Amino acid sequence: MSILMTFRIALKALNRNKMRTVLTMLGMIIGVGAVITMVALGRGAQATIEDQVKSAGTNLINVNAGNFQAAGVRQGQGMATTLTADDAAALRDVPGVQYVAAGVNSRGQVIAGNQNWSTRIEGTDVDFPDIRVWPVRYGMFFTQQDVNSAAKVAVLGSVVADTLFGPDVDPTGQIMRIRNQPFKVIGVMTSKGQGSFGQDQDDTIFTPYTTVQKKLQGIQHINNISVSSVTANTAPVAAAVGEVLRARHKLGPGDPDDFMVRTQEEIASVRTETTRTMTTLLAAIAGVSLLVGGIGIMNIMLVSVTERTREIGLRLAIGARGKDVLLQFLVEAIVISLFGGLLGIGLGFGLSAAVENFFQWPTSIPPNAIGMAFGFAAATGVFFGFYPARKAAGLDPIEALRYE
Amino acid sequence: MAVISVKDLVKTYIVGEVTVRALRGANMDVEAGEFVAVTGPSGSGKSTLMHILGCLDRPTSGQYLLDGKDVSRMSKDELAAIRNIKIGFVFQGFNLLSRTTALDNVELPLLYNGGSKMKTAERHRRAMDALGSVGLADRYHHYPNQLSGGQQQRVAIARALINQPSIILADEPTGNLDTHTSVEVMGIFQRLNIERGITIILITHETDIAEYGTRLVRFRDGRIQIDQQITNRRDAAKELAALPPPEPDLPNEPADVVPADHLGGVS
Repeated sequence: MSILMTFRIALKALNRNKMRTVLTMLGMIIGVGAVITMVALGRGAQATIEDQVKSAGTNLINVNAGNFQAAGVRQGQGMATTLTADDAAALRDVPGVQYVAAGVNSRGQVIAGNQNWSTRIEGTDVDFPDIRVWPVRYGMFFTQQDVNSAAKVAVLGSVVADTLFGPDVDPTGQIMRIRNQPFKVIGVMTSKGQGSFGQDQDDTIFTPYTTVQKKLQGIQHINNISVSSVTANTAPVAAAVGEVLRARHKLGPGDPDDFMVRTQEEIASVRTETTRTMTTLLAAIAGVSLLVGGIGIMNIMLVSVTERTREIGLRLAIGARGKDVLLQFLVEAIVISLFGGLLGIGLGFGLSAAVENFFQWPTSIPPNAIGMAFGFAAATGVFFGFYPARKAAGLDPIEALRYE
Repeated sequence: MAVISVKDLVKTYIVGEVTVRALRGANMDVEAGEFVAVTGPSGSGKSTLMHILGCLDRPTSGQYLLDGKDVSRMSKDELAAIRNIKIGFVFQGFNLLSRTTALDNVELPLLYNGGSKMKTAERHRRAMDALGSVGLADRYHHYPNQLSGGQQQRVAIARALINQPSIILADEPTGNLDTHTSVEVMGIFQRLNIERGITIILITHETDIAEYGTRLVRFRDGRIQIDQQITNRRDAAKELAALPPPEPDLPNEPADVVPADHLGGVS
């Protein structure tokens, strides 16, 4: 019997019991739809993260102060005071390095007029806007002159500017107080939005790192160095940076680093990995519904085989071979699962669009997910259809004809 | 040469602890064109013989030659092919596919006989021919539940004829029919037997139905007890003409479409 004829027989048999066919298909539809929706959500989240990573700056390498150990007592990460502005300066000579900015972080209450705000104070260097690819909206960023003289100048993040001076107001030239010291506002950065760890990058004030060292903190060391490499291949540059720092800190071969070098890629990959894990998890849970749908097919096919025992007996009596019967029931299962899979893909698209519209979650359906869901649906049909089909084909025609 | 030649046929079932000796050495030759009525009480072995003759089952021992070929040792698929081409089955319970038109039911054996390569129009033509030969050409689009019992059995006979078999095996074909339709159905068998020379093996426990045949074989305890020619054969066509006109052919209730019993117990 040709496969085309088998399909026609299967379609006729399924058509004879429409309600049951549709209900069986429902398991498949929901399963495939759920898998596609979940994958779409995961992919959407991943795309968002990639955007955030890009916004953090390209080819970025972060050097952070390491842990500090004195007389066997280990302080926490970032407590080491061994990182200095000279280290930062030395990194400018490492091959592949484009920009370098020393960084000193602080927090403090800031006041302007009758407004006040507690925010982050980032001491940094003139390369900072280039490293982060972050242009100035009003005024200008501070200059090398300001760094050298530890000038009390401030460049505001947009949130701070909005809070202290009101939105869309150019506060350049105004005086504000940071920890009760007067600073001159010389610029406002454009809005950058959320960083890759969810912090608001705009809620901050930038001043020369020397100003934070000398005027606010009274320290000699720095907390971090931001480096950007010329090419996107940051790993070898990061390694070279590490070596230079070890040499400068006179660390022996067995000594641990007193600093930490992280590339943006590494940081991003952690988050991407997290999201991928989530996506996989969600898809796996959705996959369970696909599995349940498959078991539903097997269930119905088994009932169908029992119910149609006499039909099978008759088919065998009038000359159907075992494999004809096997194929007929297998094809019925496959038709259910494939058709259900097809409708499920439609459902997945619909659900993804609905989620995107109603919850404003970005979604993106990768083309291979459609193929995979469809293939998985077909495989489910074959896998769960085979046992009932084999049961049907193995029936003894005499027993089957006599079955009540 | 005999169409069917059975020698020392033995069939033994083992049901749990019990050994059932359904056939204990049956010998029978059937010539082409014979109309053999096989009778016997339940458990006498007539159904078992029917299964073996119909290639639905294989004997425990003994020989079964069909058209001179030993089919008792053939593979399952070979037996399926023989059932498809050489043998037409008619059952007590009709065994039509429900929710399937008479035409589709009749075409069914063609699907397992390279019929898929046959054009749809050709299949329909053959099925219509077969339906015509049982007088149901005008009911081809009816579903089984729209047909009376007699009509359903005639559709089943048309199905048995579609591959132009040399043998028809009928297992209690009148078991679910009233007297009038029984005579009608026997008339069709007699006509096929005489006009087309189809060998017919009829299993029945009704002695009056057996008298439509040319030869009577009576089973008892797994052996043939009586094997004789029927002298005063009944003629269904004549009887039908003499009978009062039948009650109008009313469609059966759907519940009657699939009657309970078909092949009888293991005998």
